[in-house]
Amino acid sequence: MEKSTDITMEKLLAELEALKAKTNRIENARNDQLSIAVISGDMDKIMATMIVSLAAAAMDTKVKLFFSFWALAALRDPKKSPKGKNFISKMFGIMLPKGRNKLKLSKFNMMGMGPAMIKGLMKQQNVMSMDEMFKQAGELGIEITVCEMTMNLMGFKKEEIIDYPHLRYAGAATFIADSGESSMQWMI
Amino acid sequence: MTTEELKALTVAKSVDARGTACPGPLLEAKKAIGTINENDVMEVLSADEGTKVDIPKWCNKQGHEFLGSVEENGYFKIYLRKK
Repeated sequence: MEKSTDITMEKLLAELEALKAKTNRIENARNDQLSIAVISGDMDKIMATMIVSLAAAAMDTKVKLFFSFWALAALRDPKKSPKGKNFISKMFGIMLPKGRNKLKLSKFNMMGMGPAMIKGLMKQQNVMSMDEMFKQAGELGIEITVCEMTMNLMGFKKEEIIDYPHLRYAGAATFIADSGESSMQWMI
Repeated sequence: MTTEELKALTVAKSVDARGTACPGPLLEAKKAIGTINENDVMEVLSADEGTKVDIPKWCNKQGHEFLGSVEENGYFKIYLRKK
């Protein structure tokens, strides 16, 4: 009789442990965190990403941005010129916008007239410039993760990426892990 | 709170965010809230109507008490109490 009680107790503790692990997982999955996979390299979409991220950071929500594919062009520093690129990488480099201030609009681009107009309107209506948004993002601790694989695919080099205080290079699993513990997961 | 009550509040900090559009006023509010004491009142001046709706949500999230807003000539005065 006593032996069976022992076993029940053991089972109970094991059950309890399993339950604890489960609640931990659920709790961690509800972190006050916003994870965005930023794929688009359009000016409007990068702007939307930054505005929403800044608003979230103002509300003390942790923000983690994962930049991949076309969005990488927004992270290029126009003042930097990396060496040792092959022909295809050089072509990509020429054809893609050199930095956040050279991005195109997804609509009404009109050979660059659209972005120029939007920038004028932004200034007139006191909207932060893209430079100011990135500066504020850095101050508020917004993290930027750069997708290593698409960097190589597009032929970008680390030497041409902006200086940003919370920047790191990683892969898709990092985004999955980050977004898995976030209460908000988006893709732009 | 009524407009008269809001106007009669002793404001510990006034944040003039009229020179910046969304999300500027939120960022300025976040920076300024750290400089005042608990139970102090802060006012945020904003020309952006969205801020009038956003600040109560921000207060709710951050645990501050939203007191109300007053429309002035071309801008809003938004009041909150730090908690």
